[in-house]
Amino acid sequence: MTTAKTTKKAAKPTRRRAAKPALYEASNDELIEFYRQMLMIRRFEEKAGQMYGMGLIGGFCHLYIGQEAVAVGVQTALKDGDSVITGYREHGHMIAAGCDPRGVMAELTGRSGGVSRGKGGSMHMFDPARGFYGGHGIVGAQVSLGTGLGFAAKYRKSDNVSIAYFGDGAANQGQVYESFNMARIWNLPVIYIIENNQYAMGTSVARASSEIELYRRGESFRIPGKQVDGMNVLAVRAAMDEAVAHCRAGEGPFILEMKTYRYRGHSMSDPAKYRSKEEVQKMRAEHDSIDQLKQMILDQGIMDEAGLKDIDREIKAAVADAATFATECPEPDLSELYTDVLA
Amino acid sequence: MAIEITMPALSPTMEKGTLAKWLKKEGDTVEAGDVLAEIETDKATMEVEAVDEGTIAKILIAEGTDDVPVGQPIAILAEEDEDPANVCVASKAEAAPAPAPAVEAPAAAPAAPIAAAPTLADPAIPAGTQMVSLTVREALRDAMAEEMRKDGDVFVMGEEVAEYQGAYKVTQGLLQEFGADRVIDTPITEHGFAGLGAGAAFSGLKPVIEFMTFNFAMQAIDHIINSAAKTRYMSGGLVQCPIVFRGPNGAASRVGAQHSQNYAAWYAHVPGLKVIAPYDAADCKGLLKAAIRDPNPVVFLENELMYGESFDVPDLDDYVLPIGKARIYREGTDVTIVSYSITVGEALKAADKLAEQGISAEVIDLRTIRPLDIETVIESVKKTNRCVVAEEGWPQCSVASDVSAQLMEKAFDWLDAPVTRVNSVDVPLPYANNLEKAAVVNADKIVEAAKAVCYTE
Repeated sequence: MTTAKTTKKAAKPTRRRAAKPALYEASNDELIEFYRQMLMIRRFEEKAGQMYGMGLIGGFCHLYIGQEAVAVGVQTALKDGDSVITGYREHGHMIAAGCDPRGVMAELTGRSGGVSRGKGGSMHMFDPARGFYGGHGIVGAQVSLGTGLGFAAKYRKSDNVSIAYFGDGAANQGQVYESFNMARIWNLPVIYIIENNQYAMGTSVARASSEIELYRRGESFRIPGKQVDGMNVLAVRAAMDEAVAHCRAGEGPFILEMKTYRYRGHSMSDPAKYRSKEEVQKMRAEHDSIDQLKQMILDQGIMDEAGLKDIDREIKAAVADAATFATECPEPDLSELYTDVLA
Repeated sequence: MAIEITMPALSPTMEKGTLAKWLKKEGDTVEAGDVLAEIETDKATMEVEAVDEGTIAKILIAEGTDDVPVGQPIAILAEEDEDPANVCVASKAEAAPAPAPAVEAPAAAPAAPIAAAPTLADPAIPAGTQMVSLTVREALRDAMAEEMRKDGDVFVMGEEVAEYQGAYKVTQGLLQEFGADRVIDTPITEHGFAGLGAGAAFSGLKPVIEFMTFNFAMQAIDHIINSAAKTRYMSGGLVQCPIVFRGPNGAASRVGAQHSQNYAAWYAHVPGLKVIAPYDAADCKGLLKAAIRDPNPVVFLENELMYGESFDVPDLDDYVLPIGKARIYREGTDVTIVSYSITVGEALKAADKLAEQGISAEVIDLRTIRPLDIETVIESVKKTNRCVVAEEGWPQCSVASDVSAQLMEKAFDWLDAPVTRVNSVDVPLPYANNLEKAAVVNADKIVEAAKAVCYTE
């Protein structure tokens, strides 16, 4: 890999910090589409939570509720050939990437119609046809893997970018910094999206991180970073457009810290005793990404209540259809036990 | 008293080297720290510095001399008050005590010796094939170079693989032929670059990830197992990971416990991986080429002590061997010795010693540890009815344990004696020369076990 660029830049550090918040100027159609996708993720996750409670979904199940603006703002900035990789809170990322809700829900229920034919489960789902490379259960692993997807994009001399999502918890894993270093040495087109929902399971960022401004974690690698209001899809999208342009131009990696919040526990089995009900309530009431966007659509007269209700109804029907499919679809044939171990 | 300058040991495994060039001549005065000569080992060219000051009285080994053993005097240095023309050296060889004669156990009515069976040609090699002598190191390099010429998606990544030409010189010349986009030096970042390689393989590239040794791959084992081995299954076959993790494995020479472990059993435990641990240069070449072409993640375990060993390699344009096939290295009728990697050499020596004592041993090189070719072992045991499994590595949950268990399950009725494991001693590998020798597997230990299962003293 060429290192000439790094050498040249060494004299002049590129240390970008939070610039003024910018908002993406969306068309009316785009605003409606963002709303539709975010609501789809929320309703899908609510249904998943419900089905978990009914015993239809096993194991661990990490819901994305509250963080929808991040996945939608990020994904809509991408083009064909770009790749996305993430951790185990990935249902929302998949829906945003255009994966079939039926396949995702049927994977949660461990059925033959699941995207991994029932062999992956909630934390291990893939859809490479849509550039989605998982779904990884080991905290931080996706950061190195995503750096490798960025390496592949550059190796093939494409202008594609690689998105590696991770949380504030994974941000303390050593391999994250090994990856930052290599991505910058070789100027790989990787956008590191730190979804800072403020709790790594039950440990707050303040208790676990010596530097709580996570967008600054790339400074000693000379990777520019920005902090973004992750509860505002237009802020997310604007930041993404900047990061994507940086990567496609061959300028190397970029870090976006999305300040976000999850309303539910870490997983379905987490009673969330480490934070107050009031804190959660305040976020929901004052910062909810879907409510904010809905209000904007109504205020600007882009669509009226009745129109939004129609969208809501369509989404509920789609989610119900996915749930029915995931419940009625048979479990994998026992012969599947031995397939897909090796090529 | 003049000082003898001897051939220095420049690496843990160096036994001899080439005296490439003298930088001082007879009559020159030298200060401590002056460069006296250049020595070429199989890994590198190194400079030899003077430790003492004085005048070069005599050069004993001319430049250009190959295979100068470590410890051999190469020059004589006259000290300040000495006449260089008339130096006197107390020869160390004379002063050294004579080696104690080996204690021969009285042979208790030895059986008549039999002729040792010749090494069998690999049946995969077409009859009449021209052979060429290559070191294991060259065979591995050639395998990578040939695959890189054929397929632009193959690249090599690791610590010191490019500009340094490989920490053990296995990747020598690859940077010059394929350029820095395909032969990539990494930072010291095993966890990170193993993951990066796996991610690149998800997208269809075919990385060859070199670990400087597999001891360092423990930093990366999460990606080898959780990311590379399991993803095909977890994705229902949607995502592949065609990657090779390769590098030296097992004990080298007196590098201590943290640099001397055999990981074959660790990786062989994992479904979704293929694990290859070849012995000779031909198998190294044919199997590494197969590993690079294989659509699955492959762990390819080499051995540092074998890198400089030469073997006949078929002189074919494209010599590829099947993964998962053991090889009968030598035929025999009385006992089967199963082994892999460097220990095959000890098994062959053991077979020679056993032949002298009238016991005909069949030596099987597993070559691939996963999938394990137990059928070839069973077929042999049906003939010999006795089996010893020899492996450099700890005994508990070892490859030898697994071969033993499978023979018990699948060939119980064919066995006339318990299958016996010969493993390294169950301790972290010690540094002291005598302790290290005592800890690892050698031919004598294999002979002892083979005689025991043959019920001969």
